[in-house]
Amino acid sequence: MTKIDIFHEETGLTIRNAKTNDLARIIELDESSSGINKPDYWQESFRRFGSLQDGRYFLVAEKNNEIEKNQQIEKNREIVGFIIGEIRAWEFGSQPGGWVFSLTVDPGTRLAGVATVMFNTICQCFRQAGVDKVHTMIDRDNITVMAFFRSQGMMAASTIPLQLSLSDMDNAGDLS
Amino acid sequence: MKLQRSSRLALYSVLELASRPDEQLSAADIAAKFDVSLNHLAKVLRDLGRARLVEAVRGAGGGYRFCGNARRTTLKDVVEIFEPITLHDVGGFEPGDKTEFGTSLAVVLGEIDDIALATLDSITLETMLKLTNRLHKQPKG
Repeated sequence: MTKIDIFHEETGLTIRNAKTNDLARIIELDESSSGINKPDYWQESFRRFGSLQDGRYFLVAEKNNEIEKNQQIEKNREIVGFIIGEIRAWEFGSQPGGWVFSLTVDPGTRLAGVATVMFNTICQCFRQAGVDKVHTMIDRDNITVMAFFRSQGMMAASTIPLQLSLSDMDNAGDLS
Repeated sequence: MKLQRSSRLALYSVLELASRPDEQLSAADIAAKFDVSLNHLAKVLRDLGRARLVEAVRGAGGGYRFCGNARRTTLKDVVEIFEPITLHDVGGFEPGDKTEFGTSLAVVLGEIDDIALATLDSITLETMLKLTNRLHKQPKG
């Protein structure tokens, strides 16, 4: 079981496992960054990666806010980002390694170190699980996220993703 | 991929200056470190000055200092001052380019260019400085 609940003093963030009642906020955060509302996808992702199963990590970054309301200070907690990853072994022949395949930060909280704290935490989880490499995959037009991973020290991997448009394949007939 | 000498010298200069933000370095010091002519370096520093990445500080102890934003300035930003990076579709057609093989080759070369462009565009000066520190801390095997 991989239970995570870590308070990061410097940023005031708590990094912990996602819970069922976080899903609405996760869906909202994803929609604010991707522009697409996809609740079914996130429910399925939570089912697969939020179950505290070894090697699977669905983590959220929670910030403690203090809001003045009716001359009183009210404290509330808000999720400002999430990260998902897992350990995959022997995929395309590669040694077991950590994969980060989702990273989202509240647009209003960017440049506050949220992504860095989440990334460091999941890397620590991978390290404790005994793997030495962390991988991710990003659209090359997504310069903001790529620059973030680069700033964390990630370099091009020896694998190159390839794709095929099936409609091109249909138009070309038999490619062989 | 090979960058023009001016682009490489510009990258070396901004990285050297950005790595020492509280200091002013003379053009002679930079030229000596990278083993280039002072004349060539002066032209590069002038272009970097126009792009507001470096500024000259006059007077005793003067020199050049980095005045850009190392967290925001990418390798692409610096290289583009000196040469075009989008290599395909630039410079007109070469013999054979319009044939079926020429158009297929253009697709493959374009793929290489797109990857190179994304790489240069995603690496900031600050990331380069971190990479440099990391590589130099690693024990030599």
